[in-house]
Amino acid sequence: MLSKPIIDFFNELGSISKFGFRFFREAFVPRYEFKEMIRQCYFVGYKSLPLVGLTAFIMGLVITIQSRPTLVEFGAEDWLPKMVSVSLIREITPVIAALICAGKIGSSMGAELGSMKVTEQIDAMEVSGTNPYKYLVVTRVVATTLMIPLLVLLGDAISLYGGYLGCNIKGDISWQLYWNQVFETLTFGDIIPAVLKTFFFGYAIGVIGCYKGYHSSKGTEGVGQSANSAVVISSIMIFVIDLVAVQIIDLLNLT
Amino acid sequence: MEIKENIFTNDEIVISIKDLNKSFGKNHVLRDFNLQLKRGESIAVIGKSGSGKSVLIKCIIGLIYPEKGSINVLGQEVTELDHKDLDRLRVKVAFLFQSNALYDSMTVRENLEFPLRRHWVSTTKQEVDELVMEALANVGLAHTIDMMPIELSGGMRKRIALARTLIMKPDIILYDEPTTGLDPITSREISNLMVDIQKKYNTSSIIISHDLSCIKITANKIVMLIEGKNYAEGTYNVLSTSNDVKVKNFYI
Ligand SMILES: Nc1ncnc2c1ncn2[C@@H]1O[C@H](COP(=O)(O)OP(=O)(O)O)[C@@H](O)[C@H]1O
Ligand SMILES: [Mg+2]
Repeated sequence: MLSKPIIDFFNELGSISKFGFRFFREAFVPRYEFKEMIRQCYFVGYKSLPLVGLTAFIMGLVITIQSRPTLVEFGAEDWLPKMVSVSLIREITPVIAALICAGKIGSSMGAELGSMKVTEQIDAMEVSGTNPYKYLVVTRVVATTLMIPLLVLLGDAISLYGGYLGCNIKGDISWQLYWNQVFETLTFGDIIPAVLKTFFFGYAIGVIGCYKGYHSSKGTEGVGQSANSAVVISSIMIFVIDLVAVQIIDLLNLT
Repeated sequence: MEIKENIFTNDEIVISIKDLNKSFGKNHVLRDFNLQLKRGESIAVIGKSGSGKSVLIKCIIGLIYPEKGSINVLGQEVTELDHKDLDRLRVKVAFLFQSNALYDSMTVRENLEFPLRRHWVSTTKQEVDELVMEALANVGLAHTIDMMPIELSGGMRKRIALARTLIMKPDIILYDEPTTGLDPITSREISNLMVDIQKKYNTSSIIISHDLSCIKITANKIVMLIEGKNYAEGTYNVLSTSNDVKVKNFYI
């Protein structure tokens, strides 16, 4: 016999999947909520940019500083830009950016939709000739699915800049040489799969944040809980997706 | 005389509910509930909290799907309507939510415009503005048009919510506990407003409430929802003289 928490977990996973698949049924039939979609893209993209930028910059900087001693030991100091850029682009920046967004966007969606749910605003939309799933969920999921890859691309650039500064703290490498080395190393096989997986990160963050808000239980406590578990579940999902994506990329020999 | 005799009341039935059943898991909320609302009439449905009053009126507007029974609203069977027809019906049947359900992220104006714009009514900007101003004037809050819901008091929010339900000029208004949580003075104001609206637009209404003073002002008839059924019905005065213990409980 399975214990109750395990059964509950799989039940919830099932409901989230169902909620997520509904997106594909609703997103491609009119009416399209373009105005609301643009607004959500603005919130997701523009408002998370400073945070993603800052963390990407620091990641680039510290990873470079931390990697230097090992390379120096092997006398391979010149390899620093190559090594750092690959790990930043392929793994660190996408995952860190997605986690930051899961924290910032996932919780705000959970809380916002949660409070709309408990104050009957979602019901009110439904009786006002609006499909609340389309108006609230589709727009948000589209926004996260499109904006998070964009944020990651920007984060990539910023983290590589952080890497440049990191190389120059103890070493000395010219701007020109740094970028030459970086782009010599990086191939489309590094960038494309890494960006592709961020679409899934974005989708997961949007779906889980909205699901948690949409199914919030009554009362202010329920809203807080929704916001909280939206962050926890979407963070875990990001790692799961990352794990699966890396295996697939490896199997298909895309690297 | 407290109870309104309405000259517009005729025998056309606008809402007819027969043998309505709804349960959530093992919680059997409505058991064979029956109700008929005539045009121009205001019926108060009273019952303990958790007795299924909100479930009842949410079934009427198609927000909750009943297991069994028929709900006929303006000649249409609610449970058999597709999305488009349901939306069309919802233009004529407005709902005042217990928690007001004002959109936090929108101004008062945007809140009022929302149903107008979303229901595919073809209106010009000017007509929209006029309808918004008329609805706000009805509740005496024209000056709040550019404020956010969060800046308003509880009573004002209720009025704005009421204005929003009026904006489509509905035939029927469903009120879910319109005066709960308001102070006695404000709740009397809201009750009077409901009567004014009823007179002005000749709406029919179902009013969910425990507030006897509100019911006295606004309703022609009372239906008691006890144990999922329409346990007792009658005017305020008739029910107040009842000998049934469960009915008497409400008059203490
Ligand atoms: N969506 C729902 N899911 C499960 N139970 C519900 C739901 N909505 C209402 N109920 C239950 O139905 C009963 C009646 O609720 P409600 O109609 O809100 O009561 P009230 O008469 O106070 O308005 C309560 O026991 C409530 O727990
Ligand atoms: Mg209720």
